[in-house]
Amino acid sequence: MSDANLRLRTLVGHRLFWPVAVLVAMLAANTIYRPGFLAIEVNNGHLYGTPIDILRLSAPLILVALGMTLVISTGGIDLSVGSICAISGAIACLYISEAPDQNNLGMVFTALAMALGVALVLGAWNGVLVSIIGIQPIIATLILMVAGRGLAQLITEGQIITINSGPYRAIGLGHFLTLPLAIFIALGAALLIAAFTRRTALGMIVESVGGNREASRLAGIRSGRVVFLVYVVSAACAAIAGFMITANVSSADGNAAGLWVELDAILAVVIGGTSLAGGRFYLSGTILGALIIQTLTTSVYAMNISPQTALLFKAVVVIAVCLIQAPAFRAKFGRRRRGTPPPPAPSPQRQKEEVPA
Amino acid sequence: MTDSRPVLTMTGISKSFPGVRALHDVDFRLFPGEVHALMGENGAGKSTLIKVLTGVYGIDEGVIILGDEQVAFSGPMQAAGAGVSTVYQEVNLCPNLSVAENIFIGREPRRFGAVHWAEVRRRARALLTRLDLDIDVTAPVASYSLAVQQMVAIARAIDVRAQVLILDEPTSSLDAGEVEQLFRIMRQLRDEGIAILFVTHFLDQVYRIADRITVLRNGTLVGEYPTAELPQLALVEKMIGKDLDVLERIEEQPRPELATLEEGTPFVEVSQLSRRGAVAPFSLTIHAGEVVGLAGLLGSGRTEVARLFFGADRADHGDVAVSGEPASLRNPVQAINQGIGFCSENRRAEGIIPDLTVRENMILAMQAARGWLRRIPRRRQDELVDKYIKALSIRPANPDMPVRNLSGGNQQKVLLARWLITEPRLLILDEPTRGIDIGAKAEIQKLVVQLSDGGMAVLFISAELEEVLRLSHKIAVMRDREMVAHLVNDDTVDADRVMQTIATGTQREEANQ
Ligand SMILES: Nc1ncnc2c1ncn2[C@@H]1O[C@H](COP(=O)(O)OP(=O)(O)OP(=O)(O)O)[C@@H](O)[C@H]1O
Ligand SMILES: [Mg+2]
Repeated sequence: MSDANLRLRTLVGHRLFWPVAVLVAMLAANTIYRPGFLAIEVNNGHLYGTPIDILRLSAPLILVALGMTLVISTGGIDLSVGSICAISGAIACLYISEAPDQNNLGMVFTALAMALGVALVLGAWNGVLVSIIGIQPIIATLILMVAGRGLAQLITEGQIITINSGPYRAIGLGHFLTLPLAIFIALGAALLIAAFTRRTALGMIVESVGGNREASRLAGIRSGRVVFLVYVVSAACAAIAGFMITANVSSADGNAAGLWVELDAILAVVIGGTSLAGGRFYLSGTILGALIIQTLTTSVYAMNISPQTALLFKAVVVIAVCLIQAPAFRAKFGRRRRGTPPPPAPSPQRQKEEVPA
Repeated sequence: MTDSRPVLTMTGISKSFPGVRALHDVDFRLFPGEVHALMGENGAGKSTLIKVLTGVYGIDEGVIILGDEQVAFSGPMQAAGAGVSTVYQEVNLCPNLSVAENIFIGREPRRFGAVHWAEVRRRARALLTRLDLDIDVTAPVASYSLAVQQMVAIARAIDVRAQVLILDEPTSSLDAGEVEQLFRIMRQLRDEGIAILFVTHFLDQVYRIADRITVLRNGTLVGEYPTAELPQLALVEKMIGKDLDVLERIEEQPRPELATLEEGTPFVEVSQLSRRGAVAPFSLTIHAGEVVGLAGLLGSGRTEVARLFFGADRADHGDVAVSGEPASLRNPVQAINQGIGFCSENRRAEGIIPDLTVRENMILAMQAARGWLRRIPRRRQDELVDKYIKALSIRPANPDMPVRNLSGGNQQKVLLARWLITEPRLLILDEPTRGIDIGAKAEIQKLVVQLSDGGMAVLFISAELEEVLRLSHKIAVMRDREMVAHLVNDDTVDADRVMQTIATGTQREEANQ
């Protein structure tokens, strides 16, 4: 096998190859359809353009998906993130709307802290249900997914709370170093989570709990605590996403804010290569997944595809990405190897029916 | 017997995994009406040969002929349909389903289109009776010990009308009695003309049951021999490729006297510890540097005692003292903090984290004890992992390979390393040599002796009485979930005497408790 050939195989075998390829393909398709797609202009010292919009709009999804990645890695799932977005957004907006001076920075921070505090409590609630009481994650978080919408409605009293607060608006629409502030917030969260999981042993411990909970317990890991922690982190991420979503429109709508974001987040995680069965997680993959989903949404709007077809279109792309990621699918269509090929990312054990060792 | 034509012929089989050549140009034949032992060290390729045959993996090269046709199965189900029934090395039953459901899954007897449950249970009971096992077939499989689970998997395999029966280390956690029962049935099936492929690391079993032996080494075929023409020493030589000076006898090394060990405060002392439904109250003291063996039959409560010592299960009653101070062992974290380690017998459910690498699996317990904030520096990880990969000769010696890609025996060694790395003061070993080849087994036994000479206390459980006798200073005998005797392992104690105690439950001589 030639050197270049080998390098190509290593590249194609890389975990992030397919997500990146899909993203590039989508950007290319958009550019062909609308040549100005990739254009970026400078206006008032800020950068504007569709790519920047995609980055800005994907920030909330990236946040939610990062938290979701950790939850899924432990073998769980968090359906309540959309509701938590709505609740935290509602609390922050309500507090701000009742303040005498909506532009007071200190007041806005108080509002954020309060809303974040409530989100942490909600995350802890999820964590207790799953780790201590032992309810199945999908059921445990379904409770808050449903009840949380009601809670958000209660907070807003069924109204849409509109605010006019410069500092709050900045979370969604502000700029920093020519780029939207939201991008930095999402990036900051990603770096923080990456540092917390990969610089410490937390990441390995989370993966270990997701890979085999009983074995982890017997190795001295306090599995319950780890599981509890990831739901709290997930709720915190959702809360910040909720701030962004409501800040984008300067209003809190208990019904619409963060609606279905949990599904997009789960998709982003799966596209990124983290298995729904738990175990290994990939933060960079998740971020790519979120970007893919947002690009898809944006291009669907840009191409004037009707909302009904848009969902279908989205489904097709997602299926395609998941398929090329699936080891079984790759094994079927990619098997033409000889000798000892370079290691592909997923183990060939899953190529067929799983019979361990 | 072997003058007929082979029922199965595998020719020129090769199979590679990324970075590992598991099989290279291997030939294998199986005749009707024979028991054929497939032998080789850990990682030699035995399980891979079986999985290639039953279609779990595709082959890179080679031809498989079953009966008169060339076959390439797409998976175990199809293989079973074609008359190749297999018990894989790791018991893979559905833990939540009942014993009866597990036995008949996928081929339930039906009546009027619906599953005939009464019939399922009746036939399951009958099958298990054949194996001399009397258990509640409606209880979930997970509620039974590993040995029982192994028996259930065997029951499922022998019930299928097969022409080829494959048993990959079926006896690894069975006691002498169950092995006897299994052999009886194997002989019966053999006489009916079924071809049986049998993998084990117990040489004595091979000589008792096998008609012919095929030896693999490092993924290549060494040869095929009639059992009668291959003496045990020659077999071992063929398996490991050199003579057996590793297997020098352990007893010959001088060992500290029990009396000297038992001076001073014991490391752990439990009194009247019990757990309802698991073990009746028992007392046991373990001193530093002492190896305490637990003997008893399947289901006698050996594992349950071990789990109480580690806090894996919570005791209902009883007192624990560690180094003379009252202590509590209510969960694994507490036990680990007291310097206790526990290597479970069930490596798949309670041991390995399949996705994580060899390195991560090895450092897991140490990392957990340090807390997640204090990550073990990479340099230190490398040192530890390299040291134990060498010490236990784990193959392939690649710390970054996911542990699920290792052969069964090598996975077992990784688990052992996980606990050795924590340098415990008491190490509980529940069947530590399960599925480990003879060379490595001798190494591990030597290691236990070394560690105890260095002051580590060991609680040693094994279905092999010889092993317990060889290593232990004293032996606690379990019977019907009760600790019936404590024996000092001196010259007067031998296998017969322990067996007698196990059988009768009488303490003919009370030893220092
Ligand atoms: N799915 C896999 N991916 C990569 N390597 C594998 C895989 N399965 C097995 N191997 C490798 O193939 C070799 C043969 O393994 P195999 O399980 O056949 O050994 P074995 O003879 O059954 O050993 P044991 O006595 O320990 O069960 C080992 O080096 C193992 O690491
Ligand atoms: Mg094997």
